[in-house]
Amino acid sequence: MDPISTIAAAAAALLAIILALYSSAQAHDTVFAVHMMIFAIAGGLTLFYLVRNCSFKKAKADGPQMYDDSIVRYGVIATLFWGIIGFAVGVLIASQLAFPALNFDLPWTNFGRLRPLHTSAVIFAFGGNALIATSFYVVQRTCRTPLAFGGLAWFVFWGYQLFIVLAATGYVLGSTQAKEYAEPEWHVDLWLTVVWVAYLIVFFFTLLRRKEPHIYVANWFYLAFIVTVAMLHVVNGLAVPVSFFSSHSYAAFSGVQSALVQWWYGHNAVGFFLTAGFLGMMYYFVPKQANRPVYSYRLSIIHFWAVIFLYIWAGPHHLHYTALPDWAQTLGMVFSIMLWMPSWGGMINGLMTLSGAWDKLRTDPILRMMVASIAFYGMATFEGPLMSIKAVNSLSHYTDWTIGHVHSGALGWNALVSFGALYFLVPKLWGRKELYSLRLVNWHFWTAMMGIVIYASSMWVSGIMQGLMWREYNNEGFLVYSFAETVVRMHPFYVIRALGGLMFLIGGVIMVYNVWRTIRGEAKVDQPVSQVITVGA
Amino acid sequence: METYTAMRAFADSWGLLYMVLIFLGICVFAFRPGSKKIYDEQARIPLNEETLNND
Repeated sequence: MDPISTIAAAAAALLAIILALYSSAQAHDTVFAVHMMIFAIAGGLTLFYLVRNCSFKKAKADGPQMYDDSIVRYGVIATLFWGIIGFAVGVLIASQLAFPALNFDLPWTNFGRLRPLHTSAVIFAFGGNALIATSFYVVQRTCRTPLAFGGLAWFVFWGYQLFIVLAATGYVLGSTQAKEYAEPEWHVDLWLTVVWVAYLIVFFFTLLRRKEPHIYVANWFYLAFIVTVAMLHVVNGLAVPVSFFSSHSYAAFSGVQSALVQWWYGHNAVGFFLTAGFLGMMYYFVPKQANRPVYSYRLSIIHFWAVIFLYIWAGPHHLHYTALPDWAQTLGMVFSIMLWMPSWGGMINGLMTLSGAWDKLRTDPILRMMVASIAFYGMATFEGPLMSIKAVNSLSHYTDWTIGHVHSGALGWNALVSFGALYFLVPKLWGRKELYSLRLVNWHFWTAMMGIVIYASSMWVSGIMQGLMWREYNNEGFLVYSFAETVVRMHPFYVIRALGGLMFLIGGVIMVYNVWRTIRGEAKVDQPVSQVITVGA
Repeated sequence: METYTAMRAFADSWGLLYMVLIFLGICVFAFRPGSKKIYDEQARIPLNEETLNND
């Protein structure tokens, strides 16, 4: 950085430290005091870094232009780090449902507090870091230009990690605004807004500086993800704090309006964070790994616009049979069903990219992982519209079926496509010829796949059973089962689900080991995967 | 007419028509004659990259 921006950044950090320390001293509650201390520490670390690396020597002019890959390397490590934490907390809370003693009778380890820790860790920490890292990689490569504002990109990376730490500590200490997938309170929301706007600036100006005349479609999806998430986050987060020194706030909307805004946010978090963003990944990394252009670029354009035009209206399907006006419920259902078409168009586009190269699936476990993720994208986007139909929803809503559906999408589609992208990136980013071991990728693939199948199928059985038991009437019109009776019946499936999650976690640990050895520059002499099958043996 | 009712009536008539027409326009545009060649080239962007010095 040049001296002027270094001094400006240092002054901003110093001001932030003073403000944070003052707010911490004035805080009305523990959470706010702790969070302001974390802010102050983060500011201190920033200041320390800036002073240590301050250089008033003139920067070398006209050196060779380089891609900013260092930030992508950090992003890859952050993705894996948060991924393992998120999966592990998931296994813990799944086990808590099967064995309540694992709540340990402590407020901080209670299921109610750890559940948002799990969902935020996997969606925003693991998924978010994967999206930020891959978007920075993809936008540079497809625009053939380095990132605009490299320093700001680092602010985005570290600022996002700070958001994760604030959110996670808040959950454990019991701070929540009680909105699903948007639990952090107003002060954390404001910080995320600042980081996200910086992310938009970096991405948008990199696009503007492109040397390639056309903006490749993966970037459209990434840009839609960034812009829409900014809009959703700001509107759903509108709230009035009790005091500027309190972590409590009141939402701007109330009653059914609040519910509709929340699920407009919630479903589009699925649509634009977990779908559009990861489709950006698919449209870049699948063609790269298969070494073939996407099956139909024309279809990818229609896929993009259809997803954009339809997704935003699907949210009300989360509020069937509630106080939401009937027409709005039906609208949500109809748009959800229409979404099936673009989703499957995109799935076909991804899968058909391999047309003429299907044999690669046999020898390339990374490509196999990507193809499996696209297949899960197709399955989850078939199941979703099905569950949005009112009659089906009256059975599935509030049951474990929903949990199974979310996980087949999140583990099968989001996580597998991220793993595939990361396996593609690691050797490239660290200048290694190839991964430490492809056979370990194969092991990861099958452990994760078994885990997902066990997870999703146990939740289908337990969810449908639960829904049927809830609605069972006898001849006199009384409910047959009490709630506790359904819980007893679900116990075995909770145990099976926890095992499925554990297998998925083990797959993640295998990946971390493989990536770690690759980064250290080791290569294992493996038998090629294709030669393992010996005919007639 | 009440604001809510007016906006709702607009949304499911002219608003809906406007959105549908834009979307259909995009689809027609994607299938315009001669677009196939352009799209085939654009689809190859990820495969033709790595022109910066460090790659």
